[in-house]
Amino acid sequence: MKLASLTLAAALIGGAAIAAEVGPKDVSFDEYGAVATSLTGMPGDPEAGAVIMATKSKGNCVACHEITALSDAPFQGNVGPMLDGAGDRWSPEELRGLLVNPKKMFEGTVMPAFYRIDGFNRPGDGYTGKAAKGELTPLLSAQEVEDVVAFLSTLKDD
Amino acid sequence: MKFKAMTAIAAVAMALPALTWADADDDELVINGEIEIVTKAPAPAFMEDTGIDTIMSGWHFRSDETQALEMDDFDNPGMVFVDQALETWNTVDGSEGKSCASCHGAPEESMVGVRAVYPKVNAEAGELRTIAMQVNNCRETKMGAKPWKYAGSEMAAMEALISVQSRGLPVNVAIDGAAAPYWEHGKEIYYTRFGQLDLSCASCHEQNYGNMIRADHLSQGQINGFPSYRLKNTKLNTVQDRFKGCVRDTRAETFSPGSPEFVALELYVASRGNGLSVEGPSVRN
Ligand code: HEC
Ligand code: HEC
Repeated sequence: MKLASLTLAAALIGGAAIAAEVGPKDVSFDEYGAVATSLTGMPGDPEAGAVIMATKSKGNCVACHEITALSDAPFQGNVGPMLDGAGDRWSPEELRGLLVNPKKMFEGTVMPAFYRIDGFNRPGDGYTGKAAKGELTPLLSAQEVEDVVAFLSTLKDD
Repeated sequence: MKFKAMTAIAAVAMALPALTWADADDDELVINGEIEIVTKAPAPAFMEDTGIDTIMSGWHFRSDETQALEMDDFDNPGMVFVDQALETWNTVDGSEGKSCASCHGAPEESMVGVRAVYPKVNAEAGELRTIAMQVNNCRETKMGAKPWKYAGSEMAAMEALISVQSRGLPVNVAIDGAAAPYWEHGKEIYYTRFGQLDLSCASCHEQNYGNMIRADHLSQGQINGFPSYRLKNTKLNTVQDRFKGCVRDTRAETFSPGSPEFVALELYVASRGNGLSVEGPSVRN
C-alpha cells in the first residue's frame, strides 16, 4: 500500500514533467525571434549538445557550420557562418529561438527549423522520399534543443 | 538584437562572393584532345536578378582526379553505356520489326544537335517532351515496343548515345512561345522550398554554389553534363533521377521521374545552362 502510493506519486511527477514540456506548436517567440524559457523547464547538458551538433542523424550542424570546438567532426561546411564565439554574440534565449525556428530571426534563411512540425511543402517520411505518415516529429526533441543551447552558450572567445 | 542579426547577415553576404569565386576552378575541359567544352559562359538574360552572372558546369566543382576521367573517352566510365546503346539502336524490337536505325539511320548523323535543344515542345502532340519521352514515344508508336522505365538503365544509356553526338555544341533550349507555360511552372518549382528542411533548388545551387555542405562542394546544379556517371553509385544517372535525390535530401516527398513537375523543372534548369556545351556523359562523384 505504501509502495503503491509512492509509485503513484512518481507517476504524477513524471506526468507533470511531460506536461511542462512546450510542444513544437506552442512555442512563443518575442518580436525578434527569441524564446524566453526552457522548452523542458530543465537546463541543457552541454556535452550532449556537442554530440548532437556533430552527429549526422541529429543536428548535423557541422554540415553547414565550422566550429573549432568540434574539430573532431570531419567535413565541416561553410553554408552558414562559423560558430566560434556564438555564446558571446547571442543570449541563450536568442540561441533557443534560432534553433526552434531561425526564420523568425533571419528572414528567408536556409537554416532549417529544428523544433517545428508544420508549414512545410510535401513533407517526407524522413529521407525515404515518400510522404510523411501522420504528424511530423521535430528534427530535435525539446531536450536536445536545450542541450545544444547549453553547448553553444559555452562558445566564448575570451 | 535586431542589430546583431543584421551584422551576421552582412558578414555572410560579404563572405559569399569571395568563396564562390575562389572555389570554382579555372581548369579547361577538352575531351580526347579535340572537343572543346564551354564550361563557363555568361548567364542567360533571364537570370539577371539571380546574382549569377557566369554559369558554370558542375565539372568545375569536382576534384582534379574526377575531372580527368572526363577528358578522355577511354577513362570515362560512362562511355561503356554509349557502346551498349549503339547496339540497342541497331537492334529490332517490338511488333513492327524496326530498330531506331530503321527510321534514324546512323546516330552520328541524325542525332547531332538533338540533346542541345531538349526538352522541347512537340507541336503536333501539344506537349513538352524530354528525350526520354521522345524515345518512349518512338518505341510505342513506331516500333510497337514496350516503353522503357523513365529513368532506368536502358534509357540512361540511350540518352548517353544521343548526348555524345552533341558534345561541344551549346545548350539552347527554347523558353518562349509554346514552351513558356512549362518554363514558368519549372521556375516556380525551382524556387519552392520543399520538405522538413525547407530548402529549394535555389537554396543550394543559386545561393550557395561554391560552398561546402558537409563533404559536398555545391555546384550550380547544371544539367548540361547529363546523363552523368557517378562514382558514388557506379552507374549512369539521368537528370530526373538526380532531381529526385536532391528533393529527397530535403526530407520531402519527391516527385517521380517523368512527372509533369520534373519535366517542367528539367526545361527550366536546362535553360539556366543555355550557352554551356553539351557535355554528357559526364563524370561526377
Ligand atoms: C542548411 C544549413 C544550416 C544548418 C544545417 C544549420 N545552420 Fe545555423 N545558420 C545557417 C545560416 C545560413 C546562418 C546565417 C543566417 C542567415 O543569414 O541566413 C545560420 C546561423 C546560425 C547561428 C547564428 C550565427 C552567428 O554565429 O552569429 C547559429 C548560432 C546557428 N546557425 C546554429 C546552428 C545549429 C546549432 C545548427 C544545428 C542544430 C545549425 N545552425 C544548423 C545555416 C545552417
Ligand atoms: C540540401 C542541398 C540541395 C538542394 C536543396 C538541392 N540540391 Fe542539387 N545537389 C546537391 C549536392 C550536394 C549535389 C552534389 C554536388 C553538386 O554538384 O552540387 C547536387 C547536385 C545536383 C546536380 C548535379 C550537377 C552535376 O554537375 O552533376 C543537379 C542537376 C542538381 N543538384 C539539381 C538540383 C535541383 C533541380 C534541385 C531542386 C529540385 C536541387 N538540386 C536541390 C544539394 C542540393
